[in-house]
Amino acid sequence: MQLDLLVEQFKKKDPSAFEKLYSMYSENICGVINTIVKNDALAQEICQDVFIKIWNNCESYNSSKGRFFTWILNIARNAAIDEIRSKSYKNDKKNLSADYFVGILQHKQEDENTTVDTKGLKNMVKNLKEKCVQIIELLYFRGYTQKDAAKELDIPLGTVKTRNRSCISQLRENMAVR
Amino acid sequence: MDVDKYIASGILELYIAGILSEKENLEIANYAKEYPKIQKEIEAIEASILELSRKASPGYNYSFAALMNRINGEVKVVDINEKRSSPLLSYIGWAASVLLAVGLFWMYQQNQDLKSDIEVVEKQNVDLEQQVADTDSSLEQTQELLNTLRDQNISVIALGGQAVSPTSYAKAYWNKKDQKVFIDAKGLPEPPDGFVYQVWSLKLSPLTPTSMGLLEDFSADENKVFSLNNPNESEAFGITLEPAGGSESPNLEQLYTLGVVATS
Repeated sequence: MQLDLLVEQFKKKDPSAFEKLYSMYSENICGVINTIVKNDALAQEICQDVFIKIWNNCESYNSSKGRFFTWILNIARNAAIDEIRSKSYKNDKKNLSADYFVGILQHKQEDENTTVDTKGLKNMVKNLKEKCVQIIELLYFRGYTQKDAAKELDIPLGTVKTRNRSCISQLRENMAVR
Repeated sequence: MDVDKYIASGILELYIAGILSEKENLEIANYAKEYPKIQKEIEAIEASILELSRKASPGYNYSFAALMNRINGEVKVVDINEKRSSPLLSYIGWAASVLLAVGLFWMYQQNQDLKSDIEVVEKQNVDLEQQVADTDSSLEQTQELLNTLRDQNISVIALGGQAVSPTSYAKAYWNKKDQKVFIDAKGLPEPPDGFVYQVWSLKLSPLTPTSMGLLEDFSADENKVFSLNNPNESEAFGITLEPAGGSESPNLEQLYTLGVVATS
C-alpha cells in the first residue's frame, strides 16, 4: 500500500516521492537496459534518460498500464531497444540481438573492469534451462508478445504462458535458497 | 473465482512482463485488491524479476541531485520575438493548419479503430490456440491410457458392488509383469468430505489385506483411472472408504467393491 501512496505523490510531480522511487528502482532499470545493450557505461547513460522520461510523463501512468515497475520496465526496454537499433550502435557491435542476457556473463569474462555482480547473476540462473533463459529474456527484457515469443522459440502459442510460469517459479526457488 | 487456478494459469507472470492488454491489466489490478493471495503472488513474481535485473546491473550510482539538475536544465526557453507577417497570409495559414489538424485527427481515429480490431482478433487467436494445446494434451493422455489397457500382460478383474453400495462397481487392470494395477473407479460415488477410497490387495485364506494406496483427488480426476503399484501375489482386490489419509487395515463395513482374481 505504501508503494501506491508513493506513486500517487509522484504523479503529482512530488520530487521527494520521485527520489524514493528512483532509489528503489534505478539499479533494476539499469540492469534491464544492460541485458539489452550489454555495455556498462551506455546502460547507465540510457538509464538517466529513462528516468528523465519517466518524470516528464508521470501523469500518464495509471493502473491500466500494470504495476508501476512494469510501466517503467516498458519505458526502459523501449529506450534500450531503440538505442541498439540506431545506426551508431550497429557499427559498434554487430549481431547482439542473437545472444541472451546470460551473454553478459560471457562478455564480462573478457572485460575485467565490470561492476556487474556476475557471481550473483550466475547463482540466479544456474539451474535454469536454456529455454527458460530464452523465454524470460523475450517476455521481460524484450517485451515480446506471447505470439511473437511463440514464433521466435518455435513452440505452440498455448504453451508460452505455462512454460513461462514454471520458469519464473524456478527463478523464485533460486532466490529462496540463497 | 478459483484463485489458485487463476494464479496457476501464468497470467500474473505476463502481467508483470507488461504484455497484456489494458483491459486485462485493469482486471488483474481489481482482482489483486479483492484477493490478497493474488496481490501476494504478483509481488513475489515482481520481486524475482527485480532481483534478476538488479543482478544484471552495472551498479548504477548516478545521484538523484544530478538527475534533477539535468531535468531542470532541459526546460527550453522559447523565443517570443517573432516577426509578424501579413494578416491574409496568416489567415490562409491558420485555415490550412485547421484543415490539416482535422484530417490528421480523422486518420488517427481510423487507425485506432483498426488497431483495436486487430487486438480483438489476436486475443481470439490466442484463446483458440490455447484450446488446441489443451485438447492435444488431453488426447495424448487418453491415448496413453488406451495403450496401457491394451497391453497383453494385463488381466482384468471386475469388482462388484457390496452391501454398503450395491450399485457401485470398479475394474482393476493388473499388469503382473510390471507390478502395476490401474483402477477404473468411474462406477464409484464421490467420496464425502474428509474420506478417501483405499485399495487393498487380499489373500483369501487366511484373509490378509495389504494396502495398495489411495485414490487421491478423486473428484478432480476426469478419467477416474488411477495407477497403483502392486508387488503382491493378490487373490482379490477390494476398495473401502476410509478417513482422509487412509487406514492401517480396512474398515470392512465400508467395503464398496470387491472382486476375486480368476485363477488361470
